[in-house]
Amino acid sequence: MTDSAHHGPVTATAPRARAPGFWHNLAFWGLLPSWLLMGVALLLPILIIAAVSVATRGAYGGFEWGFDLSGYRQILFNEGWTGELEFTPQYLVIILRTLALAGVTTLICLAVAVPVAYHIACQPPRLKAALVYLITLPFWVSMILRVYAWMIILGRDGPLPRFLEFFGAHAGLSFMYNDGATLAAMVYTYMPLMVLPVFASIEKLDGTLIEAAHDLYGNRWVTLRRVILPLTAPGLISGAILVFVPSLGAVLEPSLMGGGKQMMMGSLIQLQFSGGRNWPFGAAIAMTLLVFVMIVLLLIARRATAKESTA
Amino acid sequence: MSKRHDVKRYPGLNALNLAFFAYLYAPLAVVVAYSFNDNKIAGVWTHFSLKWYGSALNNPALMKALETSLIVAAVATVVATTIALMAALAIIRGRNVRYRRLSETIVNLPLLLPEIVLAVATLILFSLIGLQNGMVKLVIAHSAFCTPFAFLPIRARLQGMSLDFEEAATDLYASRWVTFRRVTLPLIFPGLFSGAMLAFLISMDDFITSNMLSSGGTTTLPVYIFSLIRAGTSPELNAIASLLILASLVLATTALLVAARGNRDRL
Repeated sequence: MTDSAHHGPVTATAPRARAPGFWHNLAFWGLLPSWLLMGVALLLPILIIAAVSVATRGAYGGFEWGFDLSGYRQILFNEGWTGELEFTPQYLVIILRTLALAGVTTLICLAVAVPVAYHIACQPPRLKAALVYLITLPFWVSMILRVYAWMIILGRDGPLPRFLEFFGAHAGLSFMYNDGATLAAMVYTYMPLMVLPVFASIEKLDGTLIEAAHDLYGNRWVTLRRVILPLTAPGLISGAILVFVPSLGAVLEPSLMGGGKQMMMGSLIQLQFSGGRNWPFGAAIAMTLLVFVMIVLLLIARRATAKESTA
Repeated sequence: MSKRHDVKRYPGLNALNLAFFAYLYAPLAVVVAYSFNDNKIAGVWTHFSLKWYGSALNNPALMKALETSLIVAAVATVVATTIALMAALAIIRGRNVRYRRLSETIVNLPLLLPEIVLAVATLILFSLIGLQNGMVKLVIAHSAFCTPFAFLPIRARLQGMSLDFEEAATDLYASRWVTFRRVTLPLIFPGLFSGAMLAFLISMDDFITSNMLSSGGTTTLPVYIFSLIRAGTSPELNAIASLLILASLVLATTALLVAARGNRDRL
């Protein structure tokens, strides 16, 4: 086969014998089902939730159409009986906790993934493939079970408290139901999402550049800082997005590890919609979360287009 | 060059990597180890026993949840893979496709948006149009978020594929349908298979959406497990978890092996 078939527009080599309308029709009919599915199950719901976020809360749960910003106002203020607004930080705390936990999760994953991925990239091919497989594998175990495993480890009578009791900690110790527990589960569940893209970019690194840096009297740390990290930055950034974005929407980790009190935005949204609580408020939180994610994605897209135009 | 002086080596990385892989697998091992505990209190070890596996397998609620999950995942996988295959063919093979990039973004959109937002948005939509059937709700939502997972491997396979074989088939007077069925389909099968496998696993694994949409009769497996966890850890739960961990590891290994084979004889 010719190598050119790999590159360039595939369409240019399409068989001439076929009716000219066929490929146009194919494009239309081929894309129609996905547009329909995504329209019904994604775009329409997003439009509706945007409308619900400015609707009025129904008397018996649910909502009534209208234009009312009380859902958004409630994020920061508590409305008294006479309509006066009082600043209440409880939901702001949840938003800040969400951003902080997602950020710290991303940083920890990054700090672990870089040396691990670097080491794997230095191995011979067969071992390298095996190690990548071993990293991918736990990722296929159900998310809820991976969080549950940490409930056992950190919980009362779990391996970690038992281990510390052995060294003299008092009995009945538990590390559950706080931000640290949520963080532990988040780092564990999102780690493979960081290691794989970081590995992919470190693997592509040209080894002779490292040797060149060494020849020019750069020691290992200078080489790491001035050669390896800058060259692998795209991989580090895509890993950071892959971890940060889903971390913002984490639901299972805070609701299982954080107990009822230490909520994140995801678990707060879930709470507002289960048991017919406050739908417009839940929708307003959901829109806020969506905006955070959109900001991150737009920043990335701008960076990518800026790179393309300079290249 | 001796290993000591290899400039690419950094001190302590071997130990760090060993620790990392231990960290990756220890939590799963702990669950499995605890499932063999005879004691009713999961954290207090008495002696080895398989009795919780017996009681897990004889739990009718668990079996019902498993059945629901399998049905939803099977239907969603077929729908998502079909839609993804059509979209991939159109995007890669179609000529003068208008909105090519937009279409690709639309197909991948579920990967970009937080699942909880999509879940509650879909919940509102279904309650507005008065859709009551739990299975139908789950299948629609699952098909949507499984589609990009089926799409990406198929797209990758199609993109790397030469048109020579299809052209040869057409030259030999094969009809368009015969060419597709006898040439194109076998060639993209590895991508199709790993896409379908991914879609199936993602659907089986889903908690957030299923928890929002499921009603009385349509509890999926992760939703059922969540209710068990909320009721308190138990050795039976550990046995259920261990069985599921084993099942996912076997499925994932199969999928990865097929994908690796497909890449080896890549055209």
